[in-house]
Amino acid sequence: MNGGDGAASSSAATSGPPPPSLEWRFSQVFGERTAGEEVHEVDIISAIEFDKSGDHLATGDRGGRVVLFERTDTKDHGGSRRDAEEMDYSVRHPEFRYKTEFQSHEPEFDYLKSLEIEEKINKIRWCQPANGALFLLSTNDKTIKYWKVQEKKIKKISEMNIDPSNDPGSSSSLPIIANGVHADKPQDYLSKDYPFPPGGIPSLRLPLVVTSLETSLVARCRRVYAHAHDYHINSISNSSDGETFISADDLRVNLWNLEVSNQSFNIVDVKPTNMEDLTEVITSAEFHPIHCNMLAYSSSKGSIRLIDMRQSALCDSHTKLFEEPEAPGSRSFFTEIIASISDIKFSKNGRYILSRDYMTLKLWDINMDSGPVASYQVHEHLRPRLCDLYENDSIFDKFECCLSGDGSRVATGSYSNLFRVFGASQGSTEAATLEASKNPMRRQIQPPARSSRSMTSGVRRGSESPGSDANGNAHDFTTKLLHMAWHPTENSIACAAANSLYMYYA
Amino acid sequence: MSTTEEPLYPIAVLIDELKNDDIQLRLNSIRRLSTIARALGEERTRKELIPFLSENNDDDDEVLLAMAEELGVFIPYVGGVEHASVLLPPLETLSTVEETCVREKAVESLCRVGTQMRESDLVDHFLPLVKRLAAGEWFTARVSACGVFHIAYPSAPDTLKTELRSIYTQLCQDDMPMVRRAAATNLGKFAATIESAHLKTDIMSMFDDLTQDEQDSVRLLAVEGCAALGKLLEPQDCVAHILPVIVNFSQDKSWRVRYMVANQLYELCEAVGPEPTKTELVPAYVRLLRDNEAEVRIAAAGKVTKFCRILNPELAIQHILPCVKELSTDSSQHVRSALASVIMGMAPVLGKDATIEHLLPIFLSLLKDEFPDVRLNIISKLDQVNQVIGIDLLSRSLLPAIVELAEDRHWRVRLAIIEYIPLLASQLGVGFFDDKLGSLCMQWLQDKVHSIRDAAANNLKRLAEEFGPEWAMQHIVPQVIEMINSPHYLYRMTILRTVSLLAPVMGSEITCSKLLPVVITASKDRVPNIKFNVAKVLQSLIPIVDQSVVEKTIRPGLVELSEDPDVDVRYFANQALQSIDNVMMS
Repeated sequence: MNGGDGAASSSAATSGPPPPSLEWRFSQVFGERTAGEEVHEVDIISAIEFDKSGDHLATGDRGGRVVLFERTDTKDHGGSRRDAEEMDYSVRHPEFRYKTEFQSHEPEFDYLKSLEIEEKINKIRWCQPANGALFLLSTNDKTIKYWKVQEKKIKKISEMNIDPSNDPGSSSSLPIIANGVHADKPQDYLSKDYPFPPGGIPSLRLPLVVTSLETSLVARCRRVYAHAHDYHINSISNSSDGETFISADDLRVNLWNLEVSNQSFNIVDVKPTNMEDLTEVITSAEFHPIHCNMLAYSSSKGSIRLIDMRQSALCDSHTKLFEEPEAPGSRSFFTEIIASISDIKFSKNGRYILSRDYMTLKLWDINMDSGPVASYQVHEHLRPRLCDLYENDSIFDKFECCLSGDGSRVATGSYSNLFRVFGASQGSTEAATLEASKNPMRRQIQPPARSSRSMTSGVRRGSESPGSDANGNAHDFTTKLLHMAWHPTENSIACAAANSLYMYYA
Repeated sequence: MSTTEEPLYPIAVLIDELKNDDIQLRLNSIRRLSTIARALGEERTRKELIPFLSENNDDDDEVLLAMAEELGVFIPYVGGVEHASVLLPPLETLSTVEETCVREKAVESLCRVGTQMRESDLVDHFLPLVKRLAAGEWFTARVSACGVFHIAYPSAPDTLKTELRSIYTQLCQDDMPMVRRAAATNLGKFAATIESAHLKTDIMSMFDDLTQDEQDSVRLLAVEGCAALGKLLEPQDCVAHILPVIVNFSQDKSWRVRYMVANQLYELCEAVGPEPTKTELVPAYVRLLRDNEAEVRIAAAGKVTKFCRILNPELAIQHILPCVKELSTDSSQHVRSALASVIMGMAPVLGKDATIEHLLPIFLSLLKDEFPDVRLNIISKLDQVNQVIGIDLLSRSLLPAIVELAEDRHWRVRLAIIEYIPLLASQLGVGFFDDKLGSLCMQWLQDKVHSIRDAAANNLKRLAEEFGPEWAMQHIVPQVIEMINSPHYLYRMTILRTVSLLAPVMGSEITCSKLLPVVITASKDRVPNIKFNVAKVLQSLIPIVDQSVVEKTIRPGLVELSEDPDVDVRYFANQALQSIDNVMMS
């Protein structure tokens, strides 16, 4: 972290001409709705996450299920993946197929607090694979679970000493002992010093196990990390050290070791002694992708705090604070509500943090805490309607955000199943609005002329999208695209529209 | 079914249960793997059982853990040391599973088998295994590899030794932090097997890599290597190579690294010798004692006695004692608690005068600490100071604290103090005890919390053992007997319990003359719970008293109770009567 790199630091990608705008195409849809089909509440997707390699994708839903998808285009076509990519980059985009699903969480009831605990999956995080098995963490409001998903060959036992179908004891597979062993009591055989004949007893045999070629995918819950959160868990995040992870609720961040499910360490606690003094809650937390000692968390007041766990065991005081000073005179009843950050993500190299609040997407350089290096207007056109949005609670919707693997683009969701993709490289004017449907470009609008970029004020671009309002369609606040994920190495986006998972590539 | 078959049945079942659906049965079979092996004979164990186990390794962790453990002591069952290498394949697969405890056990067993193997077998079988694990596709294999190098290395030919060292160097730079951590943890063990010529070059460069790792989690394990490596190196090399590293670490940005240093530092003092200890390590340790992170101070405070034992008393008084004084008033109760648990050990190190002058005030302030754990930690180590400063001085300052703790409002604190009473009694002696603590011991019998009353009863028994029946007859029994008239039935019950505990210690005579009448009186109690407890106590007295007393006193009492309207009283009275009959019979 060496701050003040000058102008170059204001851009996520290395300087140079910005890459051309991407042309997004529909790739796949899972669980597409037919016209008029009703969506079951439990089927609504509530979490999406690619694994590190990008070969797997997991979704969680409100019914507590986790569904896994695996990439098909690399595995099936022989040869190494890199060859395939170089051969025809444009043709071979990531394609996924359904792999398996399992019930991760069940609805529960907290009898002490008389509270129902929903089974809804809040977050999924992939862990280090080992021995060909996949590992992931899933969490609902209270309980985190560690899952192992593995292909198992089906085995059958074909032969035993005692035929289980016969009456035990009347087995014919046990012939008479030849060399005169005298045993008065059966237990003698099991005693430690019973003298067996030197060559053993030939009539005994080991069970014969036949392995069939069939395999089945088995998901097993390896550990349950429970009873550590008084409030609802909003985030989980793995450390780069491969052995720890954090979980964050409204007021606290806890640190866990993957192998120890019965204790965790509280590292951040923002709970005031008197709950009436509460003004700010934690909304999201994430580990730095490279440094296992750093993590960031966002708050309902629109600030992001970076903490260094090396400094002290309790990290109540932050190392760095990122927040944008409030523009003078703009304060209203809604200012604080819309400032609340719903999601933060580190860029893959750990240099940048992307944050999403209700109106904007902001990109921060961790070396520059004076303000974001760029901000992108997502919901500016909704500003006149904040009152309605407050009335119908939409203003509290928590939209997620994501960065492309190379950090050159950012994306986030919106209403009417729309999502927006912005170029984050210096000089990029890319700003696309896409609809989560088979025809994503339907609502595509021309990128508006962007305002000049200045270092001090950050950048406002992509301004509001007049297209969606121009056609007279009021925004449909019931169809919101909250969850999305960017493939770690390729330009491919997965996003959730209610119960459907749409995938796009460029 | 022929009669000769039947005896084989249990062992056949045991073998079949290796594949039972019930995990408990599988576990049971695996735990008795040696029996199965002996039933099969050595040859079939090698040719059938071991391959069978190698193939069936997708079981639950518990079963795999048991298997890994059993295989570590399996050499006798496969035909002795010359066949030991057949055990390697199943252990190799077990050492690659993703569950850490299974892997660790498998590595432990691999080492155990490896140390017994013949040199030629080690080269032919064990060395390739080490190389395979180290080149494993998944990090789990590479993690396990780090733990077996020290077994393979000594018997490897020179060319292979070079290769092994370079493989370990690679493991120290592995992509996965888990592997680097394993390499750091095992570096000391591996280094111990390496020729001193390579120690200074290869091992030190690995060590340097690890100490500069970008991951906090790796660097802090490298600290552990410091002490181990320090002991292997010549003092001057240690001063040249290890000392700067540890001094650096003691000022690391990360509190976790400093925490590790605080835990390890004393081990290094011997390795570097007295002079560098004085000039380098003492200042480093003093810094850690004054660290701004409480966790680091806790670790440092916990080692203060061990550190002082290595230093001469002057150094300790001059440099360490001032810090100890500060720590005794530390803002963190956990720091004070850690200090309290070891500080008594400093008394023998400093000697009587210094203890009275410097340590006693600290003891006293810790004894008055607002946090009960701190006070308890001091009291539990009392005997160490007693030897140095004598009981008079100690008891004068100690007693108020004990009395206060004895009435603490947390019952767990009271419980802890009761458990120390016998120790205190033996330290303080009869006279002192009677004066001050006797009444407390009685008071606890009427505590509001059952656990305390129970502990109080036990305490009286232990005191009676400590000071003998005559003392007990004078100082315990009268008070106890008096309390049977308590209006509260729960307290009367406690007295019954006390009586049953005291009786064996007091012997037949006192039991008959003093204790038994009390019990018999209690059998007329109006509360059924008391009455059936009387029955139980009477039963416990049977072996203690004479046969005649049983017949004359106990039996009539029980007969009366056996006709009680309450069903439970009748039940326990009959039980007791039955046991009288049993004693008579035998």
